[in-house]
Amino acid sequence: MPVIEIAGKPINVNEEGFLTKYDEWDEEIAKVLAAQIEIEMTEAHWNIIKFLRADFKTQGETATARRVQSVGGVPVKEQFVLFPKKPAKKMAYIAGLPKPKGCV
Amino acid sequence: MKRLVVLGGGTAGTMVVNKLRKKLKDEEWSITVIDKDNDHIYQPGLLLLPFGVYRPEELVKKRAHFFPRGVKFIQSAIDKIVPESNHVLLAGGQIIEYDQLVIATGTSPRPDQTPGMDDPAIWRKSVFDFFTLEGSTALRDALTAWSGGRLVIHITEMPIKCPVAPLEFAFLADAFFEERKMRDDVEIIYVTPLEGAFTKPTASKRLGTMLEDRNIKLEPDFMVDHIDPEAKTLVSMDEREVPFDLLVTIPLNMGDDLIARSGMGNDLNYVPVDKETFLSKSYSNVFVLGDASDIPASKAGSVAHFAIELFTENFVDYVEGRTMKHRFDGHANCFIESGHGKGLLIDFNYTTEPLTGKFPIPVIGPLPLLKESRLNHMGKLAFRWIYWNMLIKGRRIPIPALMSMAGKHQVTTK
Ligand SMILES: Cc1cc2nc3c(=O)[nH]c(=O)nc-3n(C[C@H](O)[C@H](O)[C@H](O)COP(=O)(O)OP(=O)(O)OC[C@H]3O[C@@H](n4cnc5c(N)ncnc54)[C@H](O)[C@@H]3O)c2cc1C
Repeated sequence: MPVIEIAGKPINVNEEGFLTKYDEWDEEIAKVLAAQIEIEMTEAHWNIIKFLRADFKTQGETATARRVQSVGGVPVKEQFVLFPKKPAKKMAYIAGLPKPKGCV
Repeated sequence: MKRLVVLGGGTAGTMVVNKLRKKLKDEEWSITVIDKDNDHIYQPGLLLLPFGVYRPEELVKKRAHFFPRGVKFIQSAIDKIVPESNHVLLAGGQIIEYDQLVIATGTSPRPDQTPGMDDPAIWRKSVFDFFTLEGSTALRDALTAWSGGRLVIHITEMPIKCPVAPLEFAFLADAFFEERKMRDDVEIIYVTPLEGAFTKPTASKRLGTMLEDRNIKLEPDFMVDHIDPEAKTLVSMDEREVPFDLLVTIPLNMGDDLIARSGMGNDLNYVPVDKETFLSKSYSNVFVLGDASDIPASKAGSVAHFAIELFTENFVDYVEGRTMKHRFDGHANCFIESGHGKGLLIDFNYTTEPLTGKFPIPVIGPLPLLKESRLNHMGKLAFRWIYWNMLIKGRRIPIPALMSMAGKHQVTTK
C-alpha cells in the first residue's frame, strides 16, 4: 500500500487513494482531498463529513447514502447536489474512510 | 426439553432444520419451523422462466415435504419477535416460546419503496420484476408479445439477492431477441447504481466487456429518485432521465417488515450479526442465516449453504457451552448465464474478488472461472436438481464451505 504526502504529512492510502488509517485524517487533509475531486467545502459538506466520521467510529463501517439520509438527516437527493455523480464514494474519500461496501 | 424455533422455511430455514435435526437429540431438543405459506419456490428458476425455459409449476413444491420427521411446521405469518422475553408472536396472536431462535426470513423486492414504480398504470404492464413468481410469469407473457422498442434493465439499490441476476437477464434478453430474429428492433440499456457492470474490479471489467460485445448500453452511477408513469421514464437523484418501453427492474430489496416491527433491523430490515458466526450482535440466543442478516456477502443460496455447513457444527458447540470453532469467510459461488446455452462461474469471498482460472469439482471436473462455457450453463441447469434433492435436504455437496485458491489466477496489483 502506498504512502503519500498530503498537507505535509505522510499518509497511508490504498490503490484508489482512499485513506487506510482512521487516525491519520484531519480537516486540513480533508480540504486537500476535496480540492482534488473539485469539491468546495461548505458547512453542509462538513456536516456530512463529520457525521460519517462519527458514525464510522461507532459502526465500524462507512455509512451508505441511505444511512446518511435516515440517520444523518441529509436526503440522498441533496447528497447528489453536494457531491455530484458519486456521492457515497466522494463523501467517503473526503472523510478518509473506506469506500462504502458497494455490496457483493 | 429445549426449544429451537426457526423463522422462515425457505432455502436457509429448510437446510438448517434438516442439518440440525440430525445433530440434536430428539429427547433434548424440539425443532419448530414457521412460514407464512406452504409453497417453496426455486428462486434461481425465476431468471429463466421469462424466456420459456421453465413453466411456473415446475418451480414450486410444498415446503412441508422438505422438513424431516421430528420437525414441527407451523404455517402462519409471523407478527414479531419479542427477544427480551424469548418468544415470537404469530399473526393470529399465538405465542411461541424459544430457547434458541434462528431467523431465516430472507429478503424480498419492494416496488412500493420507489415513487411511481408500482403505479397501476404501469406496474406489470410495462414495468416488471422477475424476483417473484407472479412478476416473472407476467414478464414472460410481456416478452412473448413484445414487438420491440427500448428495453431497460434496472437495479434500484444494492444489496439485492443474487447480485448477478440482472446482468444475466441482460445477456439472456440479448440472446432471446437474437434467436427470435428481432434483436435489431430492440435497444437494451443496463441502468445500475454501481460504477460499472458489477461490484468487484476483475469481474466488473470482464462483464462490462460482455455488455459491450452484445451492444448493451451501460448507464452507471444511476440512483433512481422516481419513475414517471406517464412519460415512462426513470428519473435519477441527479435528474438524469432514461425513457423505456419495457422496464425490467430489481426493486429495492428489504428484509421482512417483521424485523422492523421487532426493532431488530437496520435501515433495510437486515439483522446485524457477527459476519463469521451469524450470532446476533444484540441477543446471545439469536442467530440469523441466509438473506435476512447484514453480512457483507452475496445474498445467495450458495452462500447460505456454505454458511450453514459451518453453522451446524458451531451451533452444537455453542449450546453445549463450548466455543464455536468455525469462522465463515463469505464464500460465494455463482453461475452466470450468458445466453445461447453458455455460462460463467464465479467463486469469491469477503476478501478475494472473483478471479479467472479453473474451479475444481470432484467427478464433474474443473469448470472454467469467469469465462463463458457450455459446461457452466449445464451446471446452472443441474443446480435445480441439486437444489431440491440435495441442497435443501441438507445432504453433503462436494464443494468446500470455505473458499480455496486452488486453480485461481492471482491478480498482481502494481
Ligand atoms: C431471480 C433469482 C435468481 C437467483 N439465482 C440464484 C443462483 O443462481 N444461485 C444462488 O445461489 N442463489 C440464487 N438466488 C438467491 C437465492 O434464491 C436466495 O439467496 C435464497 O433463497 C435465500 O434463502 P433464505 O432462506 O434466506 O430466504 P428465502 O428462501 O426467500 O426464505 C425466506 C422465507 O421466510 C418466509 N417469511 C418471511 N417473512 C415472513 C413472515 N413475516 N412470516 C412468515 N414467514 C415469513 C418466506 O415466506 C420465505 O419462505 C436467486 C434469487 C432470485 C430471486
